[in-house]
Amino acid sequence: METAITVKGLSVVYDGFKALDDVDLELPASKITGFIGPSGAGKTTLIRVLVGRQKIAGGTATVFGRAAGSAKLRGQFSYMTQSLSVYPDLTVRENLSYFARMLGMRRADVKAAVTSVLQQVDLMPQSAQIVGSLSGGQKQRTSLGVALLGDPELLFLDEPTVGLDPVLREELWLLFRALAAKGKTIIVSSHVMDEADRCDDLVLIRGGKVLAHASPQKLCETTHSQTIEEAFVKLVGGSNEPA
Amino acid sequence: MSPRKTSATSRRVLAQLRHDPRTLGLLFVVPPVLITVLKYVFQNDLVFDHLAPMLLGIFPMVMMFLVTSIATLRERTNGTLERLMTMPMGKVDFILGYAAAFSVVALLQASIATGVMLGLLHVTVLGGTLATIIGAVLAAFLGTALGLFVSAFAANEFQAVQFMPAFILPQLLVCGLFVARTQMAKLLQWLADIFPLTYSVDAMKQITDHRNWTGALTRDLLVVLAYAIAALLLGSLTIRRST
Repeated sequence: METAITVKGLSVVYDGFKALDDVDLELPASKITGFIGPSGAGKTTLIRVLVGRQKIAGGTATVFGRAAGSAKLRGQFSYMTQSLSVYPDLTVRENLSYFARMLGMRRADVKAAVTSVLQQVDLMPQSAQIVGSLSGGQKQRTSLGVALLGDPELLFLDEPTVGLDPVLREELWLLFRALAAKGKTIIVSSHVMDEADRCDDLVLIRGGKVLAHASPQKLCETTHSQTIEEAFVKLVGGSNEPA
Repeated sequence: MSPRKTSATSRRVLAQLRHDPRTLGLLFVVPPVLITVLKYVFQNDLVFDHLAPMLLGIFPMVMMFLVTSIATLRERTNGTLERLMTMPMGKVDFILGYAAAFSVVALLQASIATGVMLGLLHVTVLGGTLATIIGAVLAAFLGTALGLFVSAFAANEFQAVQFMPAFILPQLLVCGLFVARTQMAKLLQWLADIFPLTYSVDAMKQITDHRNWTGALTRDLLVVLAYAIAALLLGSLTIRRST
């Protein structure tokens, strides 16, 4: 299996607090990997390291064989942050068009790319609406739409489904699954354990440490658990690695 | 640096302003209204004719300082800058995009205020309309550049607004508007010499009092421009790819 991301001995320290502590990971390409853990576990910090936004205290992180944050990686991946990170005073189309230009698309190509993304995130009827006037779910989909622009090989989605209704969440997971089927690598963070089952590969994180890294089935088998939540609780209470 | 990305950023900033008619109204209406009020405060045409052009070197700077510092602070706090910094976009594109957009706004603002001052209030400016507009636009450009720079030091809008009295008012007090600088204590004169607003006000005095373009006017405008460019460069240093 091809490796998309390699992390070795990674540590991040904020004001003396270890947000990530000696993390080692190898994440597969063309799969959906879930960073699962409670709030403050270190999921967002890990994603920020991989997109090159977070300074590291020790260790290494590489994406597609290049150091995380390398200028040559920009444009190969997209990043949907936990906050909306779109302009609330612009329309959905204006937002998408602007970010498409920032990805280096020519003006002639922007319209087609934006229309395609609007269809993917089902926001065509709202394309002329100001983002600030949309519902929470529609705003979230606008932000996801920006992440889909430019057909990136790798998508970092930080809590992309938080606050969405179950139907919409289901639709988004179908979209993630379709993208992975096309060979895209997707990293999704979530504090919701029931989203873990939808991933191909799981990284359970707590207190800046990786508790376990395996597929959902393997994790349940090795911890003799029925659910990922049960496995997580067992891992927190017991050993740091599944047997 | 990419001219296409810089111009796309400018157009995006202008689109945001276009969607906010109240801010546009405040930007374009407040300076001429304040200058008009001042005319009736003094009821002495000689004093007003002396002060009004100097105010054209101050109002645009103050307003653009406030608008720019808050606009860029919003980029830093709502996650859009975080997202942009993971894209193949230069920091200079971001800074120059903002500077160009607000320069367009400054040109309109200065033209309206100058039109009201010269056309409706019949202030005598020997240097003429074009020189007055150039002086006012450079003052506004300086405000934009300083606003971009100081926004890096504000954690929220409250702090950004407080930078106005902390950063601009001292310059206003010693720039020679209220008391001739030669009558001030030596320390205040030194301070005035290093504050950029002093040169903006001096330039407007030159434009008011001289029919021809003077060497002193060129020097004053170049100093204002140099301060603005330095603030833009420092502003670009405050935008970091990794934090």
